[in-house]
Amino acid sequence: MARTEQQSNDKFAGRWFWRYASPAAFYPLAGKIENVCWVLACLLTLVGLYVGFFVAPTDATQGEVYRVIFIHVPAAWMAMVIYLAMAFWAGTGLVLGTRLSFMMSHALAPTGAIMAVVALWTGALWGRPTWGTYWVWDARITSTLILFFLYVGYMALAAAFDDKKKGDRASALIALVGAINVPIIYFSVKWWTTLHQGSSVRPGSSSMATTMLWAMLIMTFAFWAYCVAAAMHRLRTQIIERESGSAWLREAVK
Amino acid sequence: MTIKQKRLALILGGLGVIAAAIALVLTAFNQNLVFFFTPSQITSKEAPTGRVFRLGGMVEAGSVKRDGVNVSFRVTDTAQTVAVAYSGILPDLFKEGKGVVAQGTLGDDGVFRAKEVLAKHDENYMPPEAATAVERATKAREMAAKTLKQ
Repeated sequence: MARTEQQSNDKFAGRWFWRYASPAAFYPLAGKIENVCWVLACLLTLVGLYVGFFVAPTDATQGEVYRVIFIHVPAAWMAMVIYLAMAFWAGTGLVLGTRLSFMMSHALAPTGAIMAVVALWTGALWGRPTWGTYWVWDARITSTLILFFLYVGYMALAAAFDDKKKGDRASALIALVGAINVPIIYFSVKWWTTLHQGSSVRPGSSSMATTMLWAMLIMTFAFWAYCVAAAMHRLRTQIIERESGSAWLREAVK
Repeated sequence: MTIKQKRLALILGGLGVIAAAIALVLTAFNQNLVFFFTPSQITSKEAPTGRVFRLGGMVEAGSVKRDGVNVSFRVTDTAQTVAVAYSGILPDLFKEGKGVVAQGTLGDDGVFRAKEVLAKHDENYMPPEAATAVERATKAREMAAKTLKQ
């Protein structure tokens, strides 16, 4: 008797998970998440930029130009995190064959690519006054450029097939294989000599003044909120596009 | 094994193989992934001769001599030092005791002739007051060490 109860509990837990794997069930939830995250992104950006520009002190050696880290570091982190999330959903889609997983990874890719561009761009603008050059081919910068190309390649391959299912599977392989690049980016400054400095923030310690760190962390949460909101918006568009024939959708967008 | 477990095993196995392959490639190309060579590596003849490479380290305190646009300084990794000759404009962050990466060739006389000099920033971000405090503490420590030696 106890066993059957246990089994039915498992079944229920399973059902809860699977329910949101269905585009019809996730579509309204994604809308709610999107709205909350847009509000959070706006508020956190305002607070983060205020602390970053008006509260945080000038840096001793770099002067004011260091303030680019409030954009640069969160963007670089998001570019890496989003790639891992994209690879995770692509892998889930390949293994379980769930439609929503592939849509999720497609929805994440453009935001990740934007983050990679922002990180590279702001890095170049910072590099010129501090290092004396916009660009060098060191391990950190080159591997981040490769990350950008992986995003572009993923999106191009996904769009290259007329049969969307084939595109899903082919692009998922790029996402999975490319994920190996993410730890390479992260540890590049440790494994090799690079012009790029080492990590200022490591788990458990930081070599930054406290207000500077706070501004950067608030901006990081702002970037998280923005990325989630953008991905959810794109996911809803994906759902509308792919499920366009279904009755529930006609009902939902009426 | 169900079909799903089989697929998962296949993907994880494939990723493992690719990760191993990439690890081998990175290890093999280790020399080329190094952005700069340290003075110790140059002294022990690990740096390439006769071709352009980069030298990285700290600008030795008190070693910078300027003569118009011609600059000479010494780069140290605290164990070894290499003399550098350069003519051109130095980046703003170029300072004695700070990181530097110079690109050029090593002459037979042991002087590194730089074509380009870049400042390397470290991972420390602090306000000027904190930097002054750190400097003062370092100086006090050095003074104490000197006094103890005498």
